[in-house]
Amino acid sequence: MEFEAVIGLEVHAELLTESKIFCSCTTEFGGEPNTHCCPVCLGLPGTLPVLNKKAVEYAIRAGLALNCNIARFSKMDRKNYFYPDLPKAYQISQYDLPLCRDGYVEIETEDGIKKIGIIRVHLEEDAGKLIHEENGGSSLVDYNRTGVPLIEIVSYPDMRTPEEARLYLTKLKSILEYTEVSDCKMQEGSLRVDTNISVRPVGSDTFGTKVELKNLNSFRAVYKALEYEFKRQAEAIKNGEEITQETRRWDENKGITISMRSKEEAHDYRYFPEPDIVPIVVGDEWIEEIRSNIPELPHQKKERFIKDLGLPAYDAGVITADKALSDFFEKCVELYDNPKTISNWVMGEILRGMKEAEIEASSLPISPEQLVMLQKMVDAGTISISIGKKVFDTMLKTGKNPNDIVEEEGLAQISDEGSLRSTVLKVIENNPKSVEDFLGGKEKAMGFLIGQVMKETKGKANPQMINEIMKEELSKLSKN
Amino acid sequence: MELYEYSVYELISILEKGETNSVEVTESIIENIDKRDGDIGAFLYVDKEGALKAAEEADRLRRDGKSAPFLGIPVAIKDNICTEGTKTTCASKMLENFVPPYDATVVKKLKEAGAIIVGKTNMDEFAMGSSTENSALKKTVNPWDFDRVPGGSSGGSAAAVAASEVPVALGSDTGGSIRQPASFCGVVGLKPTYGRVSRYGLVAFASSLDQIGPFARDVEDAAMLLNVIAGYDKMDSTSVPGRENYFLDGIKDGIKGFKIGLPKEYYGEGVSSDVRESVLAMVKRLEGLGAFVEETSLPYSEYALAAYYIISSAEASSNLARYDGIRYGHRADKFDDLIDLYARSRSEGFGKEVKRRIMLGTYVLSSGYYDAYYKKALKVRTLIKNDFDRAFEKYDVLISPTSPTVAFKFGEKSNPLEMYLADILTVPVNIAGLPAISVPCGLAGGLPVGLQVIGKPFDEKTLLKIAYAVQENTGKLKPEVK
Ligand SMILES: [Zn+2]
Repeated sequence: MEFEAVIGLEVHAELLTESKIFCSCTTEFGGEPNTHCCPVCLGLPGTLPVLNKKAVEYAIRAGLALNCNIARFSKMDRKNYFYPDLPKAYQISQYDLPLCRDGYVEIETEDGIKKIGIIRVHLEEDAGKLIHEENGGSSLVDYNRTGVPLIEIVSYPDMRTPEEARLYLTKLKSILEYTEVSDCKMQEGSLRVDTNISVRPVGSDTFGTKVELKNLNSFRAVYKALEYEFKRQAEAIKNGEEITQETRRWDENKGITISMRSKEEAHDYRYFPEPDIVPIVVGDEWIEEIRSNIPELPHQKKERFIKDLGLPAYDAGVITADKALSDFFEKCVELYDNPKTISNWVMGEILRGMKEAEIEASSLPISPEQLVMLQKMVDAGTISISIGKKVFDTMLKTGKNPNDIVEEEGLAQISDEGSLRSTVLKVIENNPKSVEDFLGGKEKAMGFLIGQVMKETKGKANPQMINEIMKEELSKLSKN
Repeated sequence: MELYEYSVYELISILEKGETNSVEVTESIIENIDKRDGDIGAFLYVDKEGALKAAEEADRLRRDGKSAPFLGIPVAIKDNICTEGTKTTCASKMLENFVPPYDATVVKKLKEAGAIIVGKTNMDEFAMGSSTENSALKKTVNPWDFDRVPGGSSGGSAAAVAASEVPVALGSDTGGSIRQPASFCGVVGLKPTYGRVSRYGLVAFASSLDQIGPFARDVEDAAMLLNVIAGYDKMDSTSVPGRENYFLDGIKDGIKGFKIGLPKEYYGEGVSSDVRESVLAMVKRLEGLGAFVEETSLPYSEYALAAYYIISSAEASSNLARYDGIRYGHRADKFDDLIDLYARSRSEGFGKEVKRRIMLGTYVLSSGYYDAYYKKALKVRTLIKNDFDRAFEKYDVLISPTSPTVAFKFGEKSNPLEMYLADILTVPVNIAGLPAISVPCGLAGGLPVGLQVIGKPFDEKTLLKIAYAVQENTGKLKPEVK
């Protein structure tokens, strides 16, 4: 029997508002613990929350970009539970009347475009952070994050493979980044993902028992955990075992999921309407105003890159999937009028460099100005393209300017004809066998000889010139 | 007559004429508190030093030609209203040492109006109770009879005003906590329309019902204090903008032509006959003054008490969850783990009644019970509101007794349900978010009887007019404090 996964995702994204959702404290990340707090976000007795209109606006903007219906009437509710990072012992969230409903996101799978449905997008407040002391047995709480506005985006269980889940997340992240709703930094916790997965025989239209997965700190972790969980559940079903409805934790080091709590242990959050905040009433005019101010979305940018810049569809797709990367690309193109050349750098060296150094496009140590400077040195013949790639690696590690690197490491291309000719003659003299082969009709031997010249010059020789000189000298020999 | 016996408008008059100054007034008040409060127990904290300093400052401002509506007037504050730098305990062990770093909006407004904060008054713990017997910190007696309760939960504020320890005070009213003690102590107590006064800085009991309001020895003073504290506040999104009024205007214009409804359910079983007679006698006199009086009905009021205890306890269970011993408030000395820390801190910090309401509230919100209790209570709330809306199509105000009885004795209401019934005539008003005032209308067995006037939303002016007429026909009542 063949199995398929049924996957749904719950994504929390912190909104990029300047102040918190119910008070005027800053939302800035970091800062000394408990310095971005006031009586309101600390939930001191007698304080009251006042809803930040910007947070509502950002949530609506996200909802519109995700093709949702915006509720003209919604309200906040209290979700009650005790935890030290939650100073009021309830989280102000939305329960039965979320701000946005019934949207979708399109992903590009191998089988074509697929719509992933979105059940709801609702607004809520973030909690603080617990810091457990290594040895001492006590815990500290930092309330800086308390009251930072969040949206929770709940998808329909429309994904059938871990890969589809990854594509959905990538698309969602890029939409939230493009609309400037969230900066989506998973390592700073401004994007958090929970997922649920059940497994069923292919062709079945009923759902299996759902398992929730937590502690997923990267898209890769989401992918790996889903992959693991799919295998685990499929195996269990094959062996006739019952799947337990539970929450499981992804152990990154061991690469497995571990049971956290069963359904019976699930919280009763005792939701009820938040009496301190009046219902949110949204007029058509405001929605249209927000809609008209939505920045360019990834698919729109992709089309523009294909149409206006002449990029291949594939390149345009990859580059626009990442907002920071596409911004980098565009800045380069402003400075250098050959989009395809820039695209080659981005698709090649930059993506490889990001992957190897495990960095995001937003934190690339190379500026668009530096990359353009490097390309211009190649164009001018100061360095070859292959030396250029080496210089790029050094730039990635050090952030230095390419001209400084070329100078410090003496990488400038040798274009002096006299010196190149003497190296060519030296190589011919030292490799009589290859010369003989070439003269005997083996064209390939030429490549070897040129390689030897490159070796002698440590790759700095101007390749076009060596080519010509080598041909010239060899033809002299053949005439003899 | 001693300075401490003066009403606010009398004090303002002699202060403005320069016949006295705020320091003299404040000294007189503090002296009287020193003399009487040992017996009465109205205050949890008296800020002598701060009050005198504020009085000196008020006098200096007055000498400089400055004026403000309450310049140099002493005021007492119920201890669930936050005062920056001064303990705000809610009469609970849980907050025995809690010092808020900010003023409630009403306190801020009072200070801006030049008022002198004399101290903080006793109450039922977290405003849950009808006799102030639930205070974990102090016993307050009724100045009319020391064997009787002052009512609650704002018993301290009511007793302080009744005993002339302070001319006016602030209380809070969730289900009758201003009106019922005002009735028991023979003073005026006003519960404004929900949204009229900012709740910012009022330690929440039941957020959708709580409202801060004034206590005074006469209707004019209540109106003047309401002038100071009313108004939209951007810190409280449930406060209503654009509703500012000057409440003293036309208060003495008479009540000719006003239509008064007497909801029959508020005069029925459970209301003692002497209270009923006292109120009806006053209604007769109002009729004599030209008011139109008619019996009417609010059929759903019968269910108000049940709905009230469900809604208020549900909100309280959530509002009081923050007292967990982690950041401030009482923390148990010994505990095994986090859950144990919560359980012990809360078991030790809260009194019996508070725990009862938290358990009740938690229960009615629990999955499986929510629809049967909380949701149904919200439906009843709508029906009660509709009842009132219908009545107000016909009448300007409704009149009833404030409390079914006069002040009862300590320990008399031994089971909680009996105690809850003390609020049966006041809770429907909170459920519907309406304004209501309790004004003394006579004595029964030597104890004051309160008459409740219920008005349309944001029509406190009419309430005050009617209440003034009642006051004019009652004569001032004053306890003989030994
Ligand atoms: Zn804050």
